[in-house]
Amino acid sequence: MTDLPIPTTTASDRARDIRAAVESRLKTRHASERRFKLYGQLAIAIALSFLVVLLGRIVTQGASTFVVHSISVQVPLDPARIDQTALEGVNYDIMVADAVLAKLGEKDDDYGTKSEAIKDLMSPDFGFQLLNMIKADSSLIGKTVTVSGPLRANADLYFKGEIKRASPEEERTLSNQQLDWLDALKSSGAVKTGFNFGFFTKSDSTEPEQAGVLGAVVGSAMMLLVTAFLAVPIGVMAAVYLEEFAPKNNWTDVIEVNINNLAAVPSIVYGLLGLGLFINTLGVPRSSPLLGGLVLALMALPTVIIATRSSLKAVPPSIREAALGVGASRTQAVFHHVLPLAMPGVMTGSILALAHALGETAPLLMIGMVSFVPGVPHGFDQAATVLPVQVFIWENASERAFHERTAAAIMVLLVFMILMNAVAIIVRRRFERRW
Amino acid sequence: MLTWIAILILAALSGLAFLMGRRKALASAGGSPAKMHSLPGYYGTYVALWVGVPAALLLFVSIMFGGRLEHGLLIANQPPVLHQLSAEQKELFFQDAQAQAEGRQASEVIYAPDVKAALDAKANEARSYANAFRQGTFALMGVLVLAGFLWTFPRLNKDFRARNRVEGWVDGLLMACSIVAVVTTLGIILSLVWESLRFFSSVSPAEFLLGTHWSPQIGMRDDQVGSSGGFGALPLFAGTFLVMMIAMCVAGPVGLFSAIYLSEYAGPKARAVFKPLLEILAGVPTVVYGFFAALTVGPIFRQGFNSLGGLFLGGPLNELGLYLGQVQNQMALVAGVVMGIMLIPFVSSLSDDIINSVPQALRDGSYAMGATKSETVKKVVLPAALPGIAGAFLLAISRAIGETMIVTMAAGLQAKLTLNPLETVTTVTVQIVTLLTGDQEFDSPKTLAAFGLGLTLFAVTLVLNIVALRIVQKYREQYD
Repeated sequence: MTDLPIPTTTASDRARDIRAAVESRLKTRHASERRFKLYGQLAIAIALSFLVVLLGRIVTQGASTFVVHSISVQVPLDPARIDQTALEGVNYDIMVADAVLAKLGEKDDDYGTKSEAIKDLMSPDFGFQLLNMIKADSSLIGKTVTVSGPLRANADLYFKGEIKRASPEEERTLSNQQLDWLDALKSSGAVKTGFNFGFFTKSDSTEPEQAGVLGAVVGSAMMLLVTAFLAVPIGVMAAVYLEEFAPKNNWTDVIEVNINNLAAVPSIVYGLLGLGLFINTLGVPRSSPLLGGLVLALMALPTVIIATRSSLKAVPPSIREAALGVGASRTQAVFHHVLPLAMPGVMTGSILALAHALGETAPLLMIGMVSFVPGVPHGFDQAATVLPVQVFIWENASERAFHERTAAAIMVLLVFMILMNAVAIIVRRRFERRW
Repeated sequence: MLTWIAILILAALSGLAFLMGRRKALASAGGSPAKMHSLPGYYGTYVALWVGVPAALLLFVSIMFGGRLEHGLLIANQPPVLHQLSAEQKELFFQDAQAQAEGRQASEVIYAPDVKAALDAKANEARSYANAFRQGTFALMGVLVLAGFLWTFPRLNKDFRARNRVEGWVDGLLMACSIVAVVTTLGIILSLVWESLRFFSSVSPAEFLLGTHWSPQIGMRDDQVGSSGGFGALPLFAGTFLVMMIAMCVAGPVGLFSAIYLSEYAGPKARAVFKPLLEILAGVPTVVYGFFAALTVGPIFRQGFNSLGGLFLGGPLNELGLYLGQVQNQMALVAGVVMGIMLIPFVSSLSDDIINSVPQALRDGSYAMGATKSETVKKVVLPAALPGIAGAFLLAISRAIGETMIVTMAAGLQAKLTLNPLETVTTVTVQIVTLLTGDQEFDSPKTLAAFGLGLTLFAVTLVLNIVALRIVQKYREQYD
């Protein structure tokens, strides 16, 4: 009987085993550590790629709006075709179309099919230009006048490559012949390519090529003015009261809870409030900048209050105490010392709240701002449209040419928001004081 | 025009009162401000306030409600010729009478001679009411200005406590401003409840909350087919829930993990770059997300599903292939995913705050025991931050429920009771927008239904917000 050597584990062996176990476990632990960190990086990457895709898509969709194809046509005003007793009833569009046909060296058939086809390529605005010229000066009849402006949206889309010759003829809005004409006009130099100034100097229109954002920008500015004049003073004063003067009791608690909850109420509910209270009860005119400004002011109020309170809190109590110590009253201490010191924070918060209000759409749909408004609003109680709502309206339009304009309008909106945010950041960087 | 003149005169009188008050107080102290109780300006301000403010308030009230009062007086007695007209014609008649009185463009209705005579009479009446009302207002304003002056000016002397009085006005103004917030809430609740009550008088709340048939189109005529309308909002609630769940499935993990990365892993430099970039995502207006969903994400998803369906055709999953082949642009998934993208920065910045407020001592303790960073986050930081993160998620859910533009542009209008993310669904907010855009009569159940939906939305989000804010606050206090 031989004794098998009993495996003796020395202390150093045990330590090695534990070490091996720990090291193998450490490997998995470190792997899971790396995985976890990767998840975090992935999340950031996903969020940022969404941002890039979102902005990139809008820029690529909208950039083509800023290029426009326009044409100048010399139209002979044939006295035989203009009935001077009914200037409004004359078919100017056909006269323009005939002039273009003549330019192309084509002859129309008896049914006028070619001039009809040309008419579809020219903006109806040419006709209105002729009408206005003749109305202003009837001696022009018999002479030749020049009208110029953008081509119709479909022709514009063809030059931009949105409508392709390669696609089957029956699936396009333009026939082969119309495309040939467009190519001929382009190669003869009649069609000029340029920057689309009209997009910034015209207002909404039913014709995509005539539609611009001026009316919406002015409407937005007016509405924001109303919002700023209401929300900022009221919000700042409310915050000063709650932070500096209000006794701490149940009533101020109620106001406090109330403000926090108001900040989280869905914006569409403010639209219902505008409809139920301002329109139906107080009789504020529908779709006016005044009404939109009122509604957005109520919406922005909690944000302004919260921002102001936090910047008032950041002013150290020693400032108040020093003012009180040299004999100022509480009101004087607040208005002469605390509030001016808190002003950079107040301004930053207010500008951000206004920037948010500028992009708000939903409540404005409730109060009639979706109506078609062709032109710049004349007053605070007149019908107006605003940029985000203009985006919504154009997005809903069926014509394809409106889609690029929608993206372009979004770019204009984003530029304004970026400007406001930049101002807010500059104010914060430049004037904010750290205590 | 007259109103502007009145405002100018009022401002001038207040300015005058300021100068007179200041001068009188100074004179009573022999021209030396040191002997006075308050700075000289306060005496002037005190008089100016009493002169200007009451009259200005009166003018404001008269502008706000004057038109309504005149209208009430005008329709109070109706000439006998009007009895032959219908209710709408009568309304138009009185509108025209007022338009004629104010010299505005009246409607193009041609009235019968006897009605026309009545119209002219009413227009004259309206003009006389307007004149009387205006003169009455101006006279009363004059009285108020004078009374304010006489009430304050004689009492001014160097010992008068003008500063305290003026500060009393300032306090009142500040308090009034803070009450605006409360009044807003009351206004929201009252207008929602008031219109909803009218709605629930024609549709029972049980049918509204539990009914499964939603088709709020009311016929123009009573005898029209399908004019009855259905107001069962359950499909809308289901659609809202579905979109919200999808959004949270996107925003929850991505937002939470970016917050963890930003607060635990990223160095100060990476933080300074990534945080503002995420904030840009938060600052993009919702209508832009809606545009993105409708014209970019929608078509991509549809094409993806359609070609995926093509792969299944003819195989054992033929049915599924056919179904995927006919998926539309507008589906719950598109709206949900884009809404999720919108909510990422919201979830991430709230969670970031909350994770940052977990005390460093807890982390240090965990590291000292040999835990890795991810173990510390998973076993220590997240459990400690859990209530706060739950609150943040609740706030995000409330945002998702109340979000309007994305779903309006990308989800669709068909009310379907389904949990299939590829179907077109509609939500509460979409229906509110659809019911209230365009012109319609205000007292039909169709428009009132929007207020019923609005009340439900407000109540649900309010409860979510209160609970969430309470949780977050409790959580913060725990570590403060």
